[in-house]
Amino acid sequence: MAGSNPNAKPMNLTLNVWRQPSPKAQGKIVEYQVKDISPEMSFLEMLDVLNEDLLHKGEDPVAFDHDCREGICGSCDLFINGRSHGPEKGTTTCQLHMRKFSDGDTITIEPWRANSFPINKDLSVDRSAFDRIIQAGGYVSVNTGGAPDGNEIPIPKDIADRAFEAATCIGCGACVAACKNASAMLFVSAKVSQLALLPQGDVERKTRVENMVAQMDIEGFGACSNIGSCAAECPVGISLENIAILNREFLTAKATSNNLA
Amino acid sequence: MFLESKSPEGPLAEKWDQHKFNVKLVNPANKRKYDVIVVGTGLAGAAAAASLAELGYNVHAFTYHDSPRRAHSIAAQGGINAAKNYQNDGDSVFRLFYDTIKGGDYRSREANVYRLAQVSVSIIDQCVAQGVPFAREYGGLLANRSFGGAQVSRTFYARGQTGQQLLLGAYSALSRQVAYGKVKLHTRSEMLDLVTVDGKAAGIVTRNLLTGAIENHAAHAVVLATGGYGNVFYLSTNAMYCNVTAAWRAHKKGAYFANPCFTQIHPTCIPVSGDYQSKLTLMSESLRNDGRVWVPKTKELAERLRKGEIKVKDLKEDDRDYFLERKYPAFGNLVPRDVASRNAKQMCDEGRGVGSTGLAVYLDFADIIQRTSAEAVSQKYGNLFEMYEKITDENPYELPMRIYPAVHYTMGGLWVDYNLQTTVPGLYAAGECNFSDHGANRLGASALMQGLADGYFVIPYTIGDYLAKTAPKPVDTNHPAFAEAGKAVEERTAKLLSIKGNRTPDQFHKVLGHIMWEYCGMARSAEGLTHAKAEIQKLKREFWQDLKLTGTSEELNQALEKAGRVADFIELGELMIDDALDRNESCGGHFREEYQTPEGEALRDDENYAYVAAWEFMGENQPERLNKEELQFENVKLTQRSYK
Repeated sequence: MAGSNPNAKPMNLTLNVWRQPSPKAQGKIVEYQVKDISPEMSFLEMLDVLNEDLLHKGEDPVAFDHDCREGICGSCDLFINGRSHGPEKGTTTCQLHMRKFSDGDTITIEPWRANSFPINKDLSVDRSAFDRIIQAGGYVSVNTGGAPDGNEIPIPKDIADRAFEAATCIGCGACVAACKNASAMLFVSAKVSQLALLPQGDVERKTRVENMVAQMDIEGFGACSNIGSCAAECPVGISLENIAILNREFLTAKATSNNLA
Repeated sequence: MFLESKSPEGPLAEKWDQHKFNVKLVNPANKRKYDVIVVGTGLAGAAAAASLAELGYNVHAFTYHDSPRRAHSIAAQGGINAAKNYQNDGDSVFRLFYDTIKGGDYRSREANVYRLAQVSVSIIDQCVAQGVPFAREYGGLLANRSFGGAQVSRTFYARGQTGQQLLLGAYSALSRQVAYGKVKLHTRSEMLDLVTVDGKAAGIVTRNLLTGAIENHAAHAVVLATGGYGNVFYLSTNAMYCNVTAAWRAHKKGAYFANPCFTQIHPTCIPVSGDYQSKLTLMSESLRNDGRVWVPKTKELAERLRKGEIKVKDLKEDDRDYFLERKYPAFGNLVPRDVASRNAKQMCDEGRGVGSTGLAVYLDFADIIQRTSAEAVSQKYGNLFEMYEKITDENPYELPMRIYPAVHYTMGGLWVDYNLQTTVPGLYAAGECNFSDHGANRLGASALMQGLADGYFVIPYTIGDYLAKTAPKPVDTNHPAFAEAGKAVEERTAKLLSIKGNRTPDQFHKVLGHIMWEYCGMARSAEGLTHAKAEIQKLKREFWQDLKLTGTSEELNQALEKAGRVADFIELGELMIDDALDRNESCGGHFREEYQTPEGEALRDDENYAYVAAWEFMGENQPERLNKEELQFENVKLTQRSYK
């Protein structure tokens, strides 16, 4: 609301944006100027302004992924000034507001940088590797119907809360982009932890972690070297503790594997 | 055409069980011979796709997102209703049914709503089994809260992210079937037409959003689970991509569109701040459990507040008007959404609004923070408070939130019978995309319930009945109808790119949104609607003469995608206005200024308007034909809703 900061003045900014017409094409940084940007705008609304401007000039607007614009769908994925989702901690790009920048700033906007997330066009990347990791085992194998009463198995509140915290991962890929190894360990660990903590996930606990980690490797994500930038840059605060849980789950599973195949 | 609801005979409580027994079954060995297309991977779509695949059908799931998990169901905050009566506070299937019918202002079908209440209990069990981490009590049992419009605590939740957790549950079930090869997933594929052969649904035409390739897909049945059309208003709480295109294309191929004017304006959203705004953000209704809604008692105080001459804290208790508590002592801040929204608008119309635009009321947590603690409040609403602060730069622990109504949900949608089948045989509609369960107003925490009910527990039964009567011969896309539909899609895309005018899709969309919000929003009148109809017809002409796009159709071209969606929104907008003009009564979210009680409440006309308005497409630029499904009420007595 303009009322929240009546002194907010419009800003003029220089944008360095990664442009790449197609997956195989050579990309490059292109400089744009945007004017009269309100500090109350979200970062993506600022890009909307740029795109409207480009369209009016008959130029190709910048392609970027976005949808809910309230920080939950995980679509938006910009690498802003060298950081996943930009400078504000615990915030997706769509929830980043221009008041975090100053008049005259130069902002560099790149797509996620990871071999496992190939570029579609400009700032849009292909994150289907995440879907394939979930398909490898990120579920409880229950068919619709026949589930016992929801209160049949009590779950201690602390456990349920911890499972919930892990389950809040939005699958945006910021962790991969932030990691110098482009590792997907935080993403994988969030799902493994959630289901390992809950009694419902216990039955398939071992095969799940084995299969998901195997798929992660197939997709070409890097190894974890315990730097922790993934958790530091995660917009929803997925804890590094999950990676410890993943490692423990993985070791236990490998030592006593149920994978009979 | 006579619209047969196909509601089963017999007592209300036995209809669904009886129907499940009566429907035909497909032999387990034959199921793999049937292909089903499911468009959309939100709660209804993902649940249907997973459940149908589990039964053995070959499912093709389509989404325009990069992943099924991005569907906008993910953004639902507050919770999901179920008649579990875990709280021992008098809930029952009948009470949930009754509340939903009443909340919908008696404009929904009894049998459908009762079934919804019945299966609600199974949804919770299913989700828990999937590992959905619902909120729990210290004893380990599931926690509940009360939610707008209900006097019992029947809402299950996962902090303020219930939609996310439920969708990820459905997504995990879907992913499992993808891994088994029973679901073929088509991401970044937008449905641009329905294909019918001999009047039956035979497949769809899609555009690959990355390459622009137009593709034909054939199946024995098609399920649309493509969500609502709230973005016709431009600004809404919907995600940016939400659109009516799939449903609208189906409508033009013979599926009737029901009650399009029934749209829900949610009372608690963060107010608009400027012209550049691209969407509105909801603050969960659950906040009304503990927050108190108020405005300054007088216009003068409100004005001084807006000018910054006084601060919120300068307003003493006597200077504040807790208008919902004052007007509706029984329900207070928990009145249904339409009532809360209209009252907020009324306060602002009286000049008592707050914030720099005067288009906001306060939602204040000072009392609950004092009564419990900031920490306790954070436990319940932490993520919502954070989101509010990120957007507004104000701390709701210290200052009351400013909220204003915004378009949130569309009760209208494709007309479906009890089986969720549209007027096109073999075409089904599930979730927000259909019209069936919420009447003229949806209660809080009922959208998630309906999406999952349709997907997990209704479609898997009812579609079997249709397939059992359909020969299991392999489908193919060689029928001329596919070539024809594909060609039409290509031509339309080419047409959009060839206009080479001066205005962008967003510019047209904003104008449309303005017309809809002004004349077909919270309050409507015959005069305003008539004016709006002319405006929209003018906008449609301008759109097809002055649209500006760049690039080609053979690449990722987001402006082109948007243009196609805006074109359909413009046509839908006109139909919404026709529908609002036809309905000479006020009910739920549809408030016609001419029809109100002396106290300013909605005045229904049950004698003349207790029907579902199902509109039939009659050809381009032709007026649509109105078909009526008269609603029969055998189990509830129609009364004026009173929340006093």
